[in-house]
Amino acid sequence: MKQLAVYLMCGRGTPELAEAAVDGGADLVELGFPFSDPLADGPVVRAAAERALAEGMRTEACLECLASTRERVAVPLVPMTYAALFEAYGWERLARDARTAGADSLIVADLPADERPELERVQLVAPTSTDERIRLAAERTDGWLYLVTLTGTTGARDALSPALPGLVSRARAATSVPLYAGFGISTPDQAAAAAELCDGVVVGSAALLAAEEGATALRRYVASLRSALDAGVTVG
Amino acid sequence: MLTYGEYGGRFVPETLIPALDELEAGWRAAFADDAFHAELHDLLTRYAGRPTPLTLAERFAPGKRLYLKREDLLHTGAHKLNNALGQAVLARRLGKRRIVAETGAGQHGVATATVCARFGLECVVYMGSEDMERQRPNVQRMHLLGAEVRAVEFGTRTLKEATSEAIRDWIANVETTHYLIGSCVGPHPYPELVRELQSVIGREAREQVLAVEGRLPDAVVACVGGGSNAIGIFAGFVDDDVRLVGVEAAGAASLGGGRPAVLHGARSSVLADADGQVLDAHSISAGLDYPGVGPEHAHLRDSGRAEYVGASDEEALAAFHRLARTEGILPALEPAHALARAAELDAELVVVCLSGRGDKDLAQVT
Repeated sequence: MKQLAVYLMCGRGTPELAEAAVDGGADLVELGFPFSDPLADGPVVRAAAERALAEGMRTEACLECLASTRERVAVPLVPMTYAALFEAYGWERLARDARTAGADSLIVADLPADERPELERVQLVAPTSTDERIRLAAERTDGWLYLVTLTGTTGARDALSPALPGLVSRARAATSVPLYAGFGISTPDQAAAAAELCDGVVVGSAALLAAEEGATALRRYVASLRSALDAGVTVG
Repeated sequence: MLTYGEYGGRFVPETLIPALDELEAGWRAAFADDAFHAELHDLLTRYAGRPTPLTLAERFAPGKRLYLKREDLLHTGAHKLNNALGQAVLARRLGKRRIVAETGAGQHGVATATVCARFGLECVVYMGSEDMERQRPNVQRMHLLGAEVRAVEFGTRTLKEATSEAIRDWIANVETTHYLIGSCVGPHPYPELVRELQSVIGREAREQVLAVEGRLPDAVVACVGGGSNAIGIFAGFVDDDVRLVGVEAAGAASLGGGRPAVLHGARSSVLADADGQVLDAHSISAGLDYPGVGPEHAHLRDSGRAEYVGASDEEALAAFHRLARTEGILPALEPAHALARAAELDAELVVVCLSGRGDKDLAQVT
């Protein structure tokens, strides 16, 4: 079965939203720990981060949000954030406290595979990555490899990135770890098309937009992705 | 891997790493190539107007021998052109035809728009909407030079957000685009590249002061936002027994009041809270209104080789007016901060980097 990862930003309502996402069929939830200057993020995630920070979601509050979410859902939870939060909180300490709060791994958007190799995390590769860098990231990744489908920031696109098939075949040649595709995937058709090539898909900005409408809307949206993944690609 | 003691490094999304590797290889090849240096030297002399003079400011600082390194007389009115020319030559060697840049005061944006016009490159400049308001003449200049100026309407609406947006543009267009960063900040190799391109200021100043005074100065003073004019003039004196003094805006004192943090691809001293969230800087001078600083400055501070002090908006304004009335020179508000501290420094022979001219600031000072 193809894996479905849903990204949510830490906030007061996040544990309930995570539960709704899992009800809708999410296999994994990424929890954004907001950063003031998120270079990898497009407008939707950036705005969600600004709101979360205004609401007081600093590192400790995010860890509490993670722990509360852990109490409600059984799927893997993976905090996704930026190096700045680790620098301030302490690299080992944040990794340890996140595990204690229920995290299964970590994603650090601005920490390439050759920096801080001792920090166990899901590594990212991009269409611009060389084969050598894909091998390095795959060797060091924690469980699965995150394929950034496009050269750009997070956020919905009209069509699935044409760079994905080439990236998938290069990654398959380099490693046998599961490959999840993320960035620019928002519609059920895009999710199904990406899942045809990969082992899982990550949906972020579009999930945040659905979450703004509430838990019911998020559950419905995630369920639409789930059924698309389960049905496979609709041809034509 | 950190590049300046505890500072520097590459904290950027994976998408950019191959481009940074390519940039570094291209830069090393260019730096080792006499043809690159010859082309740049030719542009700096015949197009930009180097060497810039060293002017004694006797009426501004009576009782001292205070010299101004006149980067305000460089084409486009600020030291930024040294870096923009060098990076444009490099971009052409790398086969990049599109240039993206950030700007605060607009001086780097104007310098970038200028070199793009000169070399026929496409140019996009990101600028905070608040800065577009307070530096309107530079926005008009960029338009006249054929650049597209994109307003950044979120967050602080100043240089911090403009830099983030320029980096995001680069991420999206990395295969065709060179990011022409304006200061000695950002991921490796940018801080080193910008320092080398600005070190012409320090090399000339050292020769000039030796020629006129027969000795090295007691102190060299420069304003520090990101820190490119300071790192450029310091480069000429860092191996000598000369005090190096950087002057920050009091409300944007990344070195005086910051903490180690990650911003815009590098670890440096940053105005940030205990959680690593970056704080807003506040300065009357758009060019110093930045919560980060080049990682090499953080290293020079920690090692004790350079000292960093602050000047308030009021002190900078007073120095602006004083230089205008005593020497007939309108400085930019950024180096006015350096002038404010240099005038009272306990040193007899002082060189101040007058990094730019003040025409852009008329709306702020009158």
